[in-house]
Amino acid sequence: MALRQCAIYGKGGIGKSTTTQNLVSALAELGNNVMIVGCDPKADSTRLILHAKAQTTIMSLAAEAGSVEDLELEDVLKAGYRGIKCVESGGPEPGVGCAGRGVITAINFLEEEGAYDDELDFVFYDVLGDVVCGGFAMPIRENKAQEIYIVCSGEMMAMYAANNIAKGIVKYANSGSVRLAGLICNSRETAREDELISALAAKIGTTMIHFVPRDNVVQRAEIRRMTVIEYEPAAKQAEEYRQLAIKIRDNKNFVIPTPITMDELEELMMEFGIIDDVDESIVGKTAAEEAIA
Amino acid sequence: MSQDVDNIQPSYPLFRTDEYKENLANKREAYEERHPQEKIDEVFQWTTTKEYQELNFNREALTVNPAKACQPLGAVLCALGFEKTMPYVHGSQGCVAYFRTYFNRHFKEPVACVSDSMTEDAAVFGGQKNMMAGLENAKALYKPDIIAVSTTCMAEVIGDDLNAFINNAKKAGHVEQDYPTPYAHTPSFVGSHTTGWDNMFEGMIKYFTLNHMDDKKVGSNGKINLVPGFETYLGNFRVIHRMMKEMGVDYSLLSDPSEVLDTPADGTFRMYAGGTTQAELKDSPNAIDTLLLQPWQLEKTKKFVQTIWHQPATAINIPMGLEWTDDFLMKISELTGKPIPASLELERGRLVDMMTDSHTWMHGKKFSLYGDADFVMGMTKFLLEMGAEPADVLCNHANKRWAKAMDKMLKDSPYGQNTVVHTGKDLWHFRSLVFTNKPDFMIGNSYGKFIQRDTFYKGEAFEVPLIRIGFPIFDRHHLHRMTTLGYEGAIYMLTTLVNAILEQLDKETKGMGTTDYNYDLIR
Repeated sequence: MALRQCAIYGKGGIGKSTTTQNLVSALAELGNNVMIVGCDPKADSTRLILHAKAQTTIMSLAAEAGSVEDLELEDVLKAGYRGIKCVESGGPEPGVGCAGRGVITAINFLEEEGAYDDELDFVFYDVLGDVVCGGFAMPIRENKAQEIYIVCSGEMMAMYAANNIAKGIVKYANSGSVRLAGLICNSRETAREDELISALAAKIGTTMIHFVPRDNVVQRAEIRRMTVIEYEPAAKQAEEYRQLAIKIRDNKNFVIPTPITMDELEELMMEFGIIDDVDESIVGKTAAEEAIA
Repeated sequence: MSQDVDNIQPSYPLFRTDEYKENLANKREAYEERHPQEKIDEVFQWTTTKEYQELNFNREALTVNPAKACQPLGAVLCALGFEKTMPYVHGSQGCVAYFRTYFNRHFKEPVACVSDSMTEDAAVFGGQKNMMAGLENAKALYKPDIIAVSTTCMAEVIGDDLNAFINNAKKAGHVEQDYPTPYAHTPSFVGSHTTGWDNMFEGMIKYFTLNHMDDKKVGSNGKINLVPGFETYLGNFRVIHRMMKEMGVDYSLLSDPSEVLDTPADGTFRMYAGGTTQAELKDSPNAIDTLLLQPWQLEKTKKFVQTIWHQPATAINIPMGLEWTDDFLMKISELTGKPIPASLELERGRLVDMMTDSHTWMHGKKFSLYGDADFVMGMTKFLLEMGAEPADVLCNHANKRWAKAMDKMLKDSPYGQNTVVHTGKDLWHFRSLVFTNKPDFMIGNSYGKFIQRDTFYKGEAFEVPLIRIGFPIFDRHHLHRMTTLGYEGAIYMLTTLVNAILEQLDKETKGMGTTDYNYDLIR
């Protein structure tokens, strides 16, 4: 099987890292060779696989060694649960340097050192929530991830973010082979969430590939720095992640997304009662002002 | 094919031998996939037309030879003008290699300048570590009294904070707390080399005066401060010194690299030589006023002088040509109460005499010119004074106010009625103008030689000779030692311009029995 490279995007705090690690564990359970590349200076994309607080990152090792050229692949690549390969790009402390450049440097290093070997079935890039600059688009540049999954929920800001990410993908999709492969709904238990995300997916030309319900077992597993798949394989939630894994494994629906306008998005939210019809008379009015009126 | 060790030839004339001609022709034929000569000529001819010029002036995405350099280059020159000061560029090594070679090639002198060698990890984590090690090493190795820090694009894009980094380096003990480290952010993608000079100069005066203003009083030292701006004619620094001394005016020339960029070959290497002293810098707020010799490029400096030093920064034009040198000297006289001495009056009289001697040759000649804002303006002014006609005047980095001031000056002169001023345009635009609006001469830096070659290719009748006045001049020696400011500068410019005209006339009239009826001994 040819190597499939997938990138996971989505609003910050939506559960990208947790979903990715559980998904990857399920894929490994299905017999796949998988690698996770964490593209976030916080370096928390592999902790559930490695049972570690935070993996030592490519950039921190490079800083220690003097330069990236002085690093060996085995210094940065760690194997975790079921042999899942883990790397973290790492990056600077908040407020200094350039985190985007860190992602570019790290991914170039992995390519040059041959981290993407023939035995791998999947590579997953877990990318910082906000694609704030070109560096965080590195995973979807030519010859890297070709499938993008967006994690979202039925909350307004998560949907805004998903639509914005779709806009970003269009830029790269028109000139390359990167495609939107689906929305993963990580439930926040809002009303009619699955219908809403399905409708949003349809509007931007894709599907909701799976609806992952909310379950406390995820948190219980996280406290132990484990995925649900490993911590409690028999849990109902583990089965959900397995289904997600199977759907992604069998997914053939790769599209150039058709992001919608703000107005269309708001209309959709109104339709589902997430927001009320915009009453122009209240825009910019404080609570105190409204009380007087 | 092989060279003879006793007679090693450079590419010219070596490649003109039959052996090489054949070899090069074969190479072209076999490997270069060259278009047929007729096609090349057809396209070449097209690029010389009015039609092409229109397309060229509608160009949006590309700059071809911008006729300006980047900010840190200016910052380095500014820093070189202070005593025992090491220009230090926070950023990548290649940038600094560029600044050094650029100055090397112009001044034919070594140029001391260090980089803190930011590499990939510094781009990700920020360059604080480089700053710490860099300051410590630069001080230990080269023992400067001042390290003047500027930045390259790399440091600017990732948002490195010089103030914080330098202070942290001092706190961590890499250099002493009171070690002078003026700095300026000089992103290369903003402005030009003149912006960088202005920024670094502001950084210098900020460091040495901003927090020491309590005991300062305007006029208390009776001096005049003179700020040259991005100035590369060594003679200009010297003529300012001379004029001020002849006037008996007490003055400070703030930034003067004329010694360090002109050290003698006497067996002693001087990393530092001359330059404005720290004492002069610290004392500068006490001056009567600060005059900016290139006002169009010293906006930040002007603001600082006015708001922090509370000096008027009296407006002047660059002291180029007759009238603006008069204005400058009279302004100095007015500010200091010192009369203009007989020696300068004599010098002025000689210039006026020369102008009358040569004006018939200059009259009506068309010149197109390019370069820095103040230089170009001063040169235009001098051409008008000589009755020459500026055709196209181009300055890439100048702003709209400059263009307006230029237009006003041109409209006020009978010789400026047909002049067109261009800002934000590059030398490829200029090339079009040289073809379509054929001037008699171009005035500018060495880069114009390629335009001259192109015009010559079109045919001898179309050739527009380049007169090298400006920066950089890489392909002629020692011109950087000349003077363009003051009466002395006008004398040099006049000599250069009029002799270029006479050279050209001789070239055109030397055909024996054809054009030599005008090949006169006396001009």
